[in-house]
Amino acid sequence: MASNAGISTLSRQRIVSAWLFLTPMLLVLASVAAYPLIRTIYFGFTDASIDLIAEAQWVGFRNYLEYLDYGDGEGEYFGLLVDADWWRAVWNTLRFTIISVFFETLFGLVIALVLNREFRGRSLVRAAVLIPWAIPTIVSAKMWAWMMHDQFGILNDILLRLHIIAEPVAWTASPDTAMLAVLIVDIWKTTPFMALLILAGLQMVPGDIYEAARLDGVGPVRLFRRVTWPLIMPAVLVAIVFRALDALRVFDIIYVLTPNNERTRTMSVFARENLFDFDKFAYGSAASTLLFLIIALLTISFIWATRMNVEADER
Amino acid sequence: MASVELRSVEKSFGSVEVLHDINLSLEKGEFIVFVGPSGCGKSTLLRLIAGLEDITGGELFIDGTCVNSVLPAKRGISMVFQSYALYPHMNVYDNMAFGLEQARLSKHEIDRRVREAAGMLQIEQYLDRKPKQLSGGQRQRVAIGRAITRQPKVFLFDEPLSNLDAALRVDTRIEIARLHKRLTGTTMVYVTHDQVEAMTLADRIVVLNAGRIEQVGTPLELYEQPASRFVAGFIGSPRMNFIEGAEPAAAGVHALGVRPEHLDVSRTEGRWKGTVALVEKLGSDTFIHVTTDTSGMINARAVGNHGFQAGDTVFVTPREGSIHRFNEDGKPVGGPVGGPVAEEGSE
Repeated sequence: MASNAGISTLSRQRIVSAWLFLTPMLLVLASVAAYPLIRTIYFGFTDASIDLIAEAQWVGFRNYLEYLDYGDGEGEYFGLLVDADWWRAVWNTLRFTIISVFFETLFGLVIALVLNREFRGRSLVRAAVLIPWAIPTIVSAKMWAWMMHDQFGILNDILLRLHIIAEPVAWTASPDTAMLAVLIVDIWKTTPFMALLILAGLQMVPGDIYEAARLDGVGPVRLFRRVTWPLIMPAVLVAIVFRALDALRVFDIIYVLTPNNERTRTMSVFARENLFDFDKFAYGSAASTLLFLIIALLTISFIWATRMNVEADER
Repeated sequence: MASVELRSVEKSFGSVEVLHDINLSLEKGEFIVFVGPSGCGKSTLLRLIAGLEDITGGELFIDGTCVNSVLPAKRGISMVFQSYALYPHMNVYDNMAFGLEQARLSKHEIDRRVREAAGMLQIEQYLDRKPKQLSGGQRQRVAIGRAITRQPKVFLFDEPLSNLDAALRVDTRIEIARLHKRLTGTTMVYVTHDQVEAMTLADRIVVLNAGRIEQVGTPLELYEQPASRFVAGFIGSPRMNFIEGAEPAAAGVHALGVRPEHLDVSRTEGRWKGTVALVEKLGSDTFIHVTTDTSGMINARAVGNHGFQAGDTVFVTPREGSIHRFNEDGKPVGGPVGGPVAEEGSE
């Protein structure tokens, strides 16, 4: 009798309590994630400005793309999609992400392989390696800004004394070195994070297969290529996704280290400038929306592409 | 020439010495079992032979060559691990072929050896499966197959059956015995804590205790003439009964030992009077645990099913020539007293 509706009383109770437990979390997510996101997307289609948010009028796609007819048979396109500054910011972000994540993965892998060995004082070294990651970004960016200072910085001082450079370099201000400076700081800061995630992956590899490999006489390079790497690759891919998500949104390090430099202006910096500095709230909202879409698209395609690989490997 | 020879081998981890003065000579083609309780150093000894651990003192010879500082891969040995140690991302074929590729064998030769080993172990149909798609028993076969393809002079097994269920353990045990018959001239060294495995598989058993060799001998030698009280207690199931106190003291020894299968239980008369504490009925056998008035707890084995029940008053009597005597140091005094067993063993 209880099962005549297809669902027994017991499983109905389970469903009810599941919803009861989920509702608070869903409410929180709706208010802190969904609502701001939808508001931002909405403002991207209005003419809102920071002091006139309440009077925002719907303007359709004008912030993204608009053709302005000059009436003499000529006209021009305006909007985010044809804004050279925006596309430079997109390119800067992608360049920053690819280079920083590449080197962080490489160095993180090397550090993780070292930390995975038994040696005296290993736990001390493990803790020490984590320090850059534990320092707040603003603090480490300020710290590096001072070290990279063109007149008083220690970096110039050392390089001058070693005769590697002939005159002081304005690391953070010069257009040629600004991106390099940001990359150095970010790689220094985030490599420990990658090392830690990859180390976790390494520790999942059972130790006995390394003994089997010793009996087989497998050399270190081949052992890494044929045994270690295939086994830790899933963990490394997850670490790369996490790290790339972070890098695509990069803001604080650039805001502190190289403010107002078009060579390092990323999507997040571009959006903030428009939202608050240039009084183009709607335009900034449109940029934020596009930023969200680009990150989502890149992440989804990366996960899709790598999962295909993983599955092909699993067969 | 001995296949494997250990001369005064010692092993320490830091300041802890785990193996003391091991001297042992294994003949070519012999099946040797290292047996002992956990922590006795049997696995360490095997890992020394494999080269997975460094030897602290003494010398190890394989086929007459000192291999103390020879890499594991160059020692002519194969090892089967307790946990199988298969490469999880490679299929069965690659697991078996991987080590051979390293040895620079031709593709054709590798293929021939892998298929031969797979045929021997009946795992041909699983060659393109991953280890996780196999059962425990199949994985163990792959691990054995991988060891076979290396065509070793010495085959090492580290508790290979301990991750298998009881039924599979018996099957695989029989299979390993068959494999040994087939691979003539291959010395096999097998580590286990299970004395049944040791008794059934071994040509000779090495009993280890606390890092020392207690006794080396054929299974029956160990059973009939244990060289110490430890061996007497370790070999044989259920374990030997030991009686201490006034009774052995009267005979001038520290302890008397008698195996459960060498005791007769009677309701009316016998040597030790007592009360049945517990009866274990296994069908073929019945184990009767008796609390005796004078000699402590004694376990007796009776063949078939018997009507004894807890609380019954019974008499337990050792058969002629079945009593082992041990001094304070656990060393045997003379052979077992009287009877056919004693005639073999007495001085």
